[in-house]
Amino acid sequence: MNPRRIGADFKVFARGYVRNPVALFFSLFFPIILVLLFGLIFNQPTTSVTLYAENLDPGSNISAQFLNALNQTGAVQVTVVGPAQLPGNESLAKYLADHSDPVGIVIPPDFGQDYLSHQPTNVTVYTNPEDAVSGGIAEAAVGAVSNEFNLQLSHGSPVVGVAVLPIASTIYKEIDYLVPGLIGFSILTSPMFAMVDISSTYKKDHLFRQLSLTPLTKDEWLASKIIWYVILSFISAAIMVGAGVALFHAHVTLSIYLVPFLVLGPFFFVSLGMLAGSIAKTPETAAVIGNVITFPMMFLSGTFFPVAAFPPYLQVFAHILPLYYVIDGMNKVMLFNNPGSAVADVAVLAAASVVVFVLAILAFKWRDE
Amino acid sequence: MSNAVEVTGLRKTYGDLAAVDSIDFVVPEGEVFAFLGPNGAGKTTTVEILEGLRKRSGGEVRVLGLDPWTQGTELHHQIGVIPQDFRFFDKIYPREAIEFYGTLFGKTPDPAQLLQRVGLLDKAEAKFDTLSGGQKQKLGLALSLVNDPRVCFLDEPTTGLDPQARRSIWEVIRQLRSEGRTVFLTTHYLEEAELLADQVAIIHHGKIIAAGSPSDIIAKHGRPARLTVEGPPALGSYLQQKLGVTSVVSDGRVVIPLTERGDALRVLTALEASGLPWQRFATESDTLEDVFVALVGRMDDGEVKA
Repeated sequence: MNPRRIGADFKVFARGYVRNPVALFFSLFFPIILVLLFGLIFNQPTTSVTLYAENLDPGSNISAQFLNALNQTGAVQVTVVGPAQLPGNESLAKYLADHSDPVGIVIPPDFGQDYLSHQPTNVTVYTNPEDAVSGGIAEAAVGAVSNEFNLQLSHGSPVVGVAVLPIASTIYKEIDYLVPGLIGFSILTSPMFAMVDISSTYKKDHLFRQLSLTPLTKDEWLASKIIWYVILSFISAAIMVGAGVALFHAHVTLSIYLVPFLVLGPFFFVSLGMLAGSIAKTPETAAVIGNVITFPMMFLSGTFFPVAAFPPYLQVFAHILPLYYVIDGMNKVMLFNNPGSAVADVAVLAAASVVVFVLAILAFKWRDE
Repeated sequence: MSNAVEVTGLRKTYGDLAAVDSIDFVVPEGEVFAFLGPNGAGKTTTVEILEGLRKRSGGEVRVLGLDPWTQGTELHHQIGVIPQDFRFFDKIYPREAIEFYGTLFGKTPDPAQLLQRVGLLDKAEAKFDTLSGGQKQKLGLALSLVNDPRVCFLDEPTTGLDPQARRSIWEVIRQLRSEGRTVFLTTHYLEEAELLADQVAIIHHGKIIAAGSPSDIIAKHGRPARLTVEGPPALGSYLQQKLGVTSVVSDGRVVIPLTERGDALRVLTALEASGLPWQRFATESDTLEDVFVALVGRMDDGEVKA
């Protein structure tokens, strides 16, 4: 490889890029939009679930206390549904279904009397399986309040308590996880989509053949693209960290140990994009192959959701996605400030990048056989 | 004089189809060689094999003594190429493109001088995607000269250009020849080949059907020169009786073949002496285009075996 020729090709490519307003917009403003958008989605305070309650024991103090206790959990917001909303003895279940509301509770008749006389009594919780989250929250809240009432009646007191504390000393917010994830997202998408597009348009416009008539070699050409996307990844990482800190007060640790990920990530994805574009016969196939590779990686590598929250089989799948190692490593460095544990991520990325680079060079043709 | 290009038994097949079917030719160094043929005849395949862009299926090819496929890197330092319908990076300026090529080839060209030479200096700082078709071809020509090539391959460099742009590219080709460079030109325009080329080869269905200088090809494959005069059919009979020439009479025109020097003068003298009414005489001879159309047409009709 000749550094002079790589430099010359880099200069031409970089100029072409900055003279293209669309490319420039996506490189500089898209990261800000991403942070803003996902920051707003994930960073909003948790809202409580509205629990529609039909009280068939309205005169009782106990039923009123029960509903009040539910409100005080903070997890649910009780809205009482009276006879006015349930004409002709319509059931609460039907009301919920008609109004597309997910959860409700029915306090049975004589609830207060049965409670005070130690007679077993059941409250009924309606949930909609299509909104499992709201159902789960409502069930948990009703269960907790029922236990509390049972304890009170038997004059007992709780023995086992639960204290919820964040790991390490910092309190992490959603945005803190989101910044490394979104940096990973742009390390993946920016070079992948660009290289798939370049590989097919250069082929169509005979630009590879044109370059093959000069002393520039394929590996020099690909190296100059890698250098460009490495620089771009540093710029967009800086923009995203800046936007995360400025807009959402994100906590991130910036250290020199981020460098391997900002270099190896683009190295890998520029090569992979070129490989995908090269094995495709037409621009349409190239786009499809690019999407098939990019989209699962985009969502299953811990970009927006932590991989630990996935079902076990998806966690196994995530571990074969190269972007997982970029995001996992960056989380270890930026979030947990624990670069030592990221060495394995760097090793996996470095090995994969070299292999894919070599495959891309072998697959893409300057000239026709 | 040595040969810049030597081709022996060159073949290129795609499955059962022979795009180039055992062709032979040489291009002497310093000459302009025009490679002609209808669309799909095998011109571009041949020129791309010579440039090292395409692998041959068989035969021997040497350009400046080098095998274009296996010694392409070495060869590309000594040849300049404008491919058909030259395209380049959309946002690059012509001046930058020349500097880029200069760095790749390890040369320090003067962009202004090269752009001046091809008539593109006023567009030195315009983005490539804003240039017209002719201006793009001119940049292609300028880039092909950055490495000071000994052989220039120009694949249909003037296709689709306006007459003025074509003429300015012709002028550059003449200059290249006067500098001692070899020019390998493929073109659709027979008039262009006739004007510029020292040697011509016509390829059709992958085979060379005629080769030589334009005048040799016309002499060998063309019809004799002829004199045409407007007048009554009786003029034809008169000339046959007087001069023994067989003329063709149609539509009030008499066409008399001219086989020897002085024939035209003898015919005109006889016409004047005939006392018959005649007017508007003209002499005609075949152009390369006439010969090309006739040869290709006859081959398609199965009359000519390549």
